[in-house]
Amino acid sequence: MALKGLDIFKLTPKTNCKDCGNPTCMAFAMKVAQGAVSIDKCPHMSADALAKLSEATEPPMKTISIGEHKLGGETVMLRHEKTLVNKNLFSLYVCADMADADIDAKIAEAVKVDYERISERMYVETIFVNVEETQTADRGIAVAKKAAATGRDLILRCTKPELAKEIAAAVPVKVLVGANASNYEALNAVATEKGLVLGVSGKDLGELHDTIEKLEAAGNKNLIIYLGGTSIKEAFAAAVQIRRAALKDEDRTFGYPAIVNLERLAPGDDNLQASLASLFTLRYGSILVMGRMTYADALPLYGLRQNIFTDPQKPMKVEPGIYPINGAGENAVCAVTVDFALTYFVVSGEMERSGVPVNLLISDAGGYSVLTSWAAGKFSAGSIAKFIEEQQIESKIKSRTLILPGKVAVLKGEVEAKLPGWNIVVGPNEAIQLVRFLKDYK
Amino acid sequence: MPFTAKPRTFNAAINETVLGTGAKAVTLGGQNVLPLYFFDNTPKNAPAVGIEITDTGYDATGLPALAAFYDGAATPAERAKKAASAEGVSFVCLRFEGADPGGLNKSIADCVAVAKDVLNAIDVPLVVAGCKNIEKDAELFSAVAEVCQGKNVLFLSAREEDYKTVGASVGLAYGQKVGAESAVDINLAKQLNVVMTQLGVSAQSIVMNLGAAAAGYGFEYVASTLDRVKAAALEQNDTMLQMPVMTPVSVETWSVKEAIMAEADMPEWGSQEERGIRMETVTASACLASGAESVILRHPASVKTIAAMIAALL
Ligand code: B12
Ligand code: SF4
Repeated sequence: MALKGLDIFKLTPKTNCKDCGNPTCMAFAMKVAQGAVSIDKCPHMSADALAKLSEATEPPMKTISIGEHKLGGETVMLRHEKTLVNKNLFSLYVCADMADADIDAKIAEAVKVDYERISERMYVETIFVNVEETQTADRGIAVAKKAAATGRDLILRCTKPELAKEIAAAVPVKVLVGANASNYEALNAVATEKGLVLGVSGKDLGELHDTIEKLEAAGNKNLIIYLGGTSIKEAFAAAVQIRRAALKDEDRTFGYPAIVNLERLAPGDDNLQASLASLFTLRYGSILVMGRMTYADALPLYGLRQNIFTDPQKPMKVEPGIYPINGAGENAVCAVTVDFALTYFVVSGEMERSGVPVNLLISDAGGYSVLTSWAAGKFSAGSIAKFIEEQQIESKIKSRTLILPGKVAVLKGEVEAKLPGWNIVVGPNEAIQLVRFLKDYK
Repeated sequence: MPFTAKPRTFNAAINETVLGTGAKAVTLGGQNVLPLYFFDNTPKNAPAVGIEITDTGYDATGLPALAAFYDGAATPAERAKKAASAEGVSFVCLRFEGADPGGLNKSIADCVAVAKDVLNAIDVPLVVAGCKNIEKDAELFSAVAEVCQGKNVLFLSAREEDYKTVGASVGLAYGQKVGAESAVDINLAKQLNVVMTQLGVSAQSIVMNLGAAAAGYGFEYVASTLDRVKAAALEQNDTMLQMPVMTPVSVETWSVKEAIMAEADMPEWGSQEERGIRMETVTASACLASGAESVILRHPASVKTIAAMIAALL
């Protein structure tokens, strides 16, 4: 939160010496508050005042880096208020207490999920390795090595400092989870020595807040909050209250991203874990730890995340033009659709799967879906005809067959009237039906 | 500084709307906190989960658990009975797919008979959804509303194009509940509620259907619209947006590729049924988190999961 002019004024020397180019310290403070000038234009600010100012102008929520990923850094509670900036990550849960075969199978299953959706790689970015205090360092290291072998970023959960230290020395860990009211000093030493993000938990929010204050006082602000072994209701309440405290009540102690361990909240219940992952994607979970990651989980969850973390001010568009699919040449049929990135992604994907060469014509429809742009008057017989003319399709492509999206079948007559000589064919409603349709058509 | 959580309650609340009658009647809405924030205030009414059946039955190819669940249920009434017994169900939604003039075009009389049988077969509230054809739905809703008088049935939906006829018959003449359906847009939603109440339908008889999209398919608009509706209802006390929201999730999720692609065509994706259920539950959970007071789902496993999640948050 920005400081008010008066608060800044109180920190100035109040001598009105004009060295900053302003008539008074008050005038200077007002400009700083508006962001019009920077505080260093006054050469007489005390070190103490500068420190207070930099603390007060810190962003409400810190941005924490894990490998090449960034977490936190949010400034609003909801995406429509501005935008959400750093998407949440997913993590696969493994525990050193589990049998080796189970760990191997889980990891193998999860790393198979790796695909692209609208220019974004979808995969489990991190692996969460739980090592209980009763485990040996050798066992912890062996399991952490299995996880590290995937190349994904490693989160180690271990509350015993000596054990954590030995594992972190042998395996490249990125996050060390396990600090609490009783062990934070020793675990902090392990994390800071290795440059790891430190995960902190507490038996309740009061104790958590306390421990974070102590860690910050000790100089560590490379932290993440860990919401594990509580109930679903408590974990949800905590995630919301922590984010609310940071962004609404300017409580910077809680200005950290949160890890939510869904395997702990709903052990073994894959369906419930996926539902909770959806809830925490919308409401303030920054790393979601799941007991499994299959395509069934990933397809809806990564799609949802991709939607929620788009900037509301920027429609996801592709450039209008001719997109030859499967090596389509001038004799391949044409199909028309809109410039909404999602529509393009879905439709082009299915066309590729069909193996049939098609010239996909993307017309300018304002970045909207087929029905939305049709309802808004941006995808019509007129706009399609205009597109064909402007792009000089008739001179570039010899085929005179044009496939319309099934959802705008009503346009057929009008398009025929506007494009004499063309054979207008109504395609299926859903892109998934295109494979059969195109194969049969050919 | 020690931390004390500040509960955030509002002076405004979501309207309470009752569906059905008797011991199993369901009250939607009532809360004066943001969606699912029951740690801010004890919940008045839990969000409700409905199960959808159609008059024509589902094609359960590739969905062995769904087929097994409805095994032996040959009529809509028998399917409704099974549906109502599924774990976590609060109400049954009967969708008249067969009424579509572009499809089976079943007569109004046939549909009315089905509705009566279904109503008699269940003790949970009934929600009736149409075939999306404006003319047919208006006629269908009116006829079904007439025979269900006194049962507090909700009809999905009255739209900009037909709210006058649907509102007048379903809401005014037969005293049922009216779903107000608009296209993922806060202004359109509000406008429809305004004209519907001007028509004389009481605000307490209206449930909003703001539309939906499957996770990954433009869901950001759904989430942001619901977020804004709840902010207007609670923070700004906008009485024309305080109607509880019901989101028909199943129709959206069971038509996307992730849910309908056969396992044989995409072996690496695994079980089709599991994919369909996840798509349905993930979308439903996101709708509830953003502001739906109730969701309509198709698969009994989805109903069970979402009901369990709601119970865990109360
Ligand atoms: C998100 C959304 C919006 C977003 C826009 C998102 C966007 N970028 O398009 C917003 C909120 C802005 C919006 C606005 C409006 N919307 Co809108 N919106 C939706 C929603 C929920 C999802 C759309 C979506 O993203 N679909 C996913 C994409 C991938 O689908 P698609 O482009 O159709 O592509 C599929 C098929 O068509 C096919 N396909 C595509 N191309 C091709 C090509 C060929 C050759 C073939 C064969 C197939 C094919 O493949 C795809 C996958 O199967 C739908 C409802 C729904 N669940 O569908 C309503 C919907 C489309 N909207 C609707 C309306 C009415 C509007 C508004 C006019 C409302 C208003 N009066 O303000 C406005 C118009 C915008 C404006 N005024 O400027 C209506 C349209 C009604 C109708 N049948 O005409 C819908 C159906 C909602 C409803 N039930 O009423 N909307
Ligand atoms: S330079 Fe500093 S002390 Fe001098 S007038 Fe400006 S703000 Fe005041």
